[in-house]
Amino acid sequence: MAKVPVQFTLNGSEKAEFVDSGTTLLHALRDKIGDTSPKGGCHQGTCGACSVIIDGELRLSCLTLAETCDGAVISTTSGLSDSGVLHPLQRAFLDTFATQCGFCTPGMIMAAKVLLDHTPNPSRDEVVEALSGNICRCTGYEPIIQAVLTAARSNSQNAA
Amino acid sequence: MELRKSYFADVRKDDLHEIGQPRPRSDSPGHVTGKTAFFADRNFPGMLHLKMVRSPHHHARIRSIDTSEAEKHPGVVRVLTAKDVPHNVNTILILIQIGPEDETVLADGKVRWKGEAVVAVLAETERAAQEAAAKVKVDYEVLPAVFDMEEALKPGAPLVNEYHGQNYYLYDSGECRKVRFGDVEAGFAGADHILEQSYQSSPIEHAPTETTGCVVTPEGNDRFTCYTNTQAMFFTLDNTSIILQMPGSKLHFVGGTVGGGFGGKVDVIVEPIAILGAKLTGRPVCFIYSREEEMQISSPRAAEKVVIKDGVMKDGRIVARKVTGYTDAGAYSRHSPYGAQKGAGHYPGPYTIPNVWIDTYCVYTNRTPSSAMRGFGVTIGDFALEVQMDKLARLIGMDPLEFRFINAYRDGDMKAHRQPTEGAALIECMQEASRAANWPVAEKFMAMSSYVKGV
Repeated sequence: MAKVPVQFTLNGSEKAEFVDSGTTLLHALRDKIGDTSPKGGCHQGTCGACSVIIDGELRLSCLTLAETCDGAVISTTSGLSDSGVLHPLQRAFLDTFATQCGFCTPGMIMAAKVLLDHTPNPSRDEVVEALSGNICRCTGYEPIIQAVLTAARSNSQNAA
Repeated sequence: MELRKSYFADVRKDDLHEIGQPRPRSDSPGHVTGKTAFFADRNFPGMLHLKMVRSPHHHARIRSIDTSEAEKHPGVVRVLTAKDVPHNVNTILILIQIGPEDETVLADGKVRWKGEAVVAVLAETERAAQEAAAKVKVDYEVLPAVFDMEEALKPGAPLVNEYHGQNYYLYDSGECRKVRFGDVEAGFAGADHILEQSYQSSPIEHAPTETTGCVVTPEGNDRFTCYTNTQAMFFTLDNTSIILQMPGSKLHFVGGTVGGGFGGKVDVIVEPIAILGAKLTGRPVCFIYSREEEMQISSPRAAEKVVIKDGVMKDGRIVARKVTGYTDAGAYSRHSPYGAQKGAGHYPGPYTIPNVWIDTYCVYTNRTPSSAMRGFGVTIGDFALEVQMDKLARLIGMDPLEFRFINAYRDGDMKAHRQPTEGAALIECMQEASRAANWPVAEKFMAMSSYVKGV
């Protein structure tokens, strides 16, 4: 099968791959490029574990074809910390015990990041809405909501 | 957080200074940075993908299996059937001397539930494996099936599993696990009121966000490394060793990182066949359940039916309780005989009842085999018991919390299964709940103790 060349920026680095037509971005990231932080929970766009940020928008990488990402700027949770210093969202998830099994965590953090990028001081309802596409089956939603609110507060304190 | 050690009879003298102090979880830094290595995060060059051909019927005889077209499909490396499995018997609890050997790894001659594994296809890509699996031809003779526990126990019901010879697990105590304590009929005869109710539950799927699976790689030294999300590492090692007739020293299991389990990853299902595939092809093998398989194939919590008959006095004392419990194991035992047995010990609840009669049945039906899930064997029972307690309180016009104080077990009370109560603290717990929930009870109940008789 003819391969399709794809080039994009992943967490600040240039990446180029040849993929089969129809390959999902999730598959390309995990199995070709080796960034396993997006997780495959359902492969049908219902669980949110594969969430990544493409050109500033939250996307499900299991439903996104890799070949449509040519020239895109993509962020994943593995690229969030800066020189070993945790991003405020990562810090808040850690401090408020917002992880349990950890499988939904990278997707949750991506969803939360897009929210805070657009809405630096969200209400609780806005946090709930922003995370509504991400399933945590350990049902740790309350600490996750608290983590996002905590990160928003720490961001605004740093800005002040 | 406040730690009160005074609730317990043997007050702990040691200094529990860690309680109430937050400590970072050791696995959280990996979770928040995406660095935690789940089994599916392992990728090896030349890795094959395993897809299972599954029974479309609830109960059928297999007349023949034709894998020739599947084997010719581009990308297919190997197709496995029952005859390829060295010891084709799956017995999860063999390690703790609990049988029975009533289930195959790949179906041999018969299928007993819709979704049962029949043929394994190993191919270069997931897609090739999926396409080839669709080309396996299995000729089935469909048999009558039974889906309801009470139907399954009736004479003349279709026999689900020949290993057992009847549609229930035969305990050493007979057709059910039994608890007999006092004289239950005399208790009913002397009771002011009798209340008999039945409670039922459906199977419940754990639905972990990470589906069940494993990645196996053959090492250069004739050993196999299996990255797995099993919750039962040693059951897996032991069973795989038996199924593959391979010494445990050849098997290296790497696990402990589970993307949600809740009991659903206790059955040993994916590892033996994936390791067999790696052995026969000499290639790494990946076997991951699709979301559909996770929901339909992985074992759920058993459906249960609980019939409770209680005799109660106007003053609030429960004087007799008779319980018949049914656990739907599905087509194979897995952990269900153990779950049904737990129920037998549990049905009096945390209450002291002088006359108790309990029968719990582990029943076979042509449904997905059920197994472990969070407190299996007692969770549904607790739902039934506590609803029953509320109904009893209403029947005699008593506050439901005060009714529980009257019947609560206390230290020294003999339980129906002949274990004396120790360190109960139930009275103290309910006193605290009464305060916390602002649900006041009479002063005499607030003065009660689990440890001092007559108070």
